[in-house]
Amino acid sequence: MFNSRERSLLLCLSLLAAAGTAADAAEPGHYGYGVKATPEQLAGWDIDARGDDGVGLPAGQGTVQKGSEVFADQCAACHGTFGEGEGRFPKLAGGMGTLRDDRPEPTVGSYWPFAPTLWDYINRAMPMPAPHTLSADDVYALTAYILNLNDIVPNEFVADRNSLPKVKMPNHDSFTWTDPRPDTMAKPCMSACADPADIKIMSTAEGRNLTPRTTGPLDTMQPK
Amino acid sequence: MRGNVRPPPWRNMPVVSRLAGTRSPLLGRRSFLGLGAALTGSFALGATRGNAEPAPSSPPADAPWSQSIGAGVVDRPYGKPADTEAGVIRRNVPWLTAGTESSVSFSPLQDLHGSITPNGLFFERHHAGRPDVDPAQHRLMIHGLVERPLVLSMKDIMRFPSVSRIHFIECPANGGMEWRAAQLNSLQFNHGMISCAEWTGVRLSTLLEEVGIKKEVQWVLVEGADGAHMNRSLPLAKCLDDCLVVYAQNGEALRPEQGYPLRLLVPGWEGNVSIKWLRRIKLGDRPWYSREETSKYTDLMPDGTSRGFTWLIDAKSVITFPCPEKPLDGAGLYEIRGLAWSGNGRVKQVDVSVDGGVNWQSAQLHEPVLTKALTKFTLPWRWDGRPALLESRVIDQTGYVQPTISQLRQQRGSNSVYHNNSIQTWQIKPDGSVFDVQLA
Ligand code: HEC
Repeated sequence: MFNSRERSLLLCLSLLAAAGTAADAAEPGHYGYGVKATPEQLAGWDIDARGDDGVGLPAGQGTVQKGSEVFADQCAACHGTFGEGEGRFPKLAGGMGTLRDDRPEPTVGSYWPFAPTLWDYINRAMPMPAPHTLSADDVYALTAYILNLNDIVPNEFVADRNSLPKVKMPNHDSFTWTDPRPDTMAKPCMSACADPADIKIMSTAEGRNLTPRTTGPLDTMQPK
Repeated sequence: MRGNVRPPPWRNMPVVSRLAGTRSPLLGRRSFLGLGAALTGSFALGATRGNAEPAPSSPPADAPWSQSIGAGVVDRPYGKPADTEAGVIRRNVPWLTAGTESSVSFSPLQDLHGSITPNGLFFERHHAGRPDVDPAQHRLMIHGLVERPLVLSMKDIMRFPSVSRIHFIECPANGGMEWRAAQLNSLQFNHGMISCAEWTGVRLSTLLEEVGIKKEVQWVLVEGADGAHMNRSLPLAKCLDDCLVVYAQNGEALRPEQGYPLRLLVPGWEGNVSIKWLRRIKLGDRPWYSREETSKYTDLMPDGTSRGFTWLIDAKSVITFPCPEKPLDGAGLYEIRGLAWSGNGRVKQVDVSVDGGVNWQSAQLHEPVLTKALTKFTLPWRWDGRPALLESRVIDQTGYVQPTISQLRQQRGSNSVYHNNSIQTWQIKPDGSVFDVQLA
């Protein structure tokens, strides 16, 4: 077999060989298809604001007061005047301290880790029936209002590209960003894996009346 | 009938009383009791048990369709299923979401027979409804920390070297309604947010090399052209490994519901990162922490902490026959059938238990067994007519073993919504009916 020097030499040679055939393809612009993005095109589509540090937030600002007006006009029909959520539309406020409960209530206030994410999401997706129709100032105002509904910022708070990244969200420290799975470690047993006497049905869907029909036309079943 | 405004299929359904009594010996009884019963949805499978009805079109009679000439070619220039299959459709759970625009529909797994999902039955998850995009005007912008920001048309994208790969897409909320307890008595609603197709497009790495990746790049933002501009952050390494930017699904252009004209395909990872109607890719040095990776698609643990960036679909399997929608038709020999998959590679083994997990037998895997794709398995079973508890358990190529729901709950409680890949238990009653249950 090869010693380590020979092995690294071989590796270099094979990399060179690969480079010989693929170098052109790896070169930017090798295919030359498409057109270079213009500054105007980039300005129109480069809409993201980064959640943790707010990079990408535009100029502009908005107050809690202004936000309450825009909210009443454009958002309250679904989310409720104070963010309490109409029907099954999401609650935007409340739920503080419920995350360990049997029925947790994750909201902007109780769950979201970053404030600039709120600006980014309203700007990219709301109001649901007419997205991308709000000015940057109005989005800042709505962000201020929703944070204020959650008692995260005071009444006189003004949201802008500098103030939002500094807002500390209550649930900020509860997130981990590396996946700990696999976390179950089940074993592949094939026979006598359990005592048959321990096999008990703990819950059944029988008779629960939650299942829409799976034949004929679509079901319109509503909650009981 | 082609196009977006297809009338509901049952509207065209003829009276099918001449098919009454049709039986499919292996899959139990497919009841075609006629339009009235189908419309009210009131018939139960097996309701006609024991009523051998006259079958005027079966032997010795010559069937009416044998005594006339059929419709000619291009009668249906774009083919569609037989009218009697009108009930095989994607379905939703109306009480689950506020409206249908940010919602899900489920594939009818109980009526599917292989590892490829027909395009019209592929499950749906939209965040702002299905946009109808004009491919002539659609553009993909690639920019950020790159040498050469580009705007590509569909024509440009289709000129790049193409690849075709078979992969599943699963929503991480598949089975999410079962974290607390067995709730929905249905294969379709408990497992139907998985589908699998052959995808054709260009490697994402080809596009990223074309724009030139600056050396500080670690993360990639991907964004859709839908009303929600749905967006996620992906590590560069995954983008360069096996991600595809695809324009075709099972040989034809993507369906609008699947992102026409262009979507991302991130093999083995939760479905929402495979951004549909893909319009923008931005290279950066840090993740974006968008709403869809903070407020949603994070897993809430019992201690109140949350796991973010849990993209992987762990190995999972489910028995698709029998199931609540397809009960057994009396004691005798059956073929247990099911599907298995893993986001970590190939399925290595599937075991089946008929006694609630006390004893297991290995099922036969059917070719092709592909990485990050649905794999079909079968096992012959002679049912003695007594109560049984059917389960399947997959082991993937990494040796990972599919857990039970109680093993999952021990680790994650029952509030985490996503990534329920637990073993499904089907309870078989002596009359052959099947129920979704959870065991201790
Ligand atoms: C037609 C009803 C409707 C209107 C009007 C509406 N929204 Fe929403 N909103 C929704 C729905 C539905 C969702 C959930 C979307 C999803 O999960 O994909 C949502 C989600 C949100 C969320 C995220 C909640 C969370 O915890 O993840 C925020 C924030 C929000 N809306 C803000 C607003 C603001 C601000 C306005 C007004 C400018 C507004 N919405 C108008 C229906 C509406």
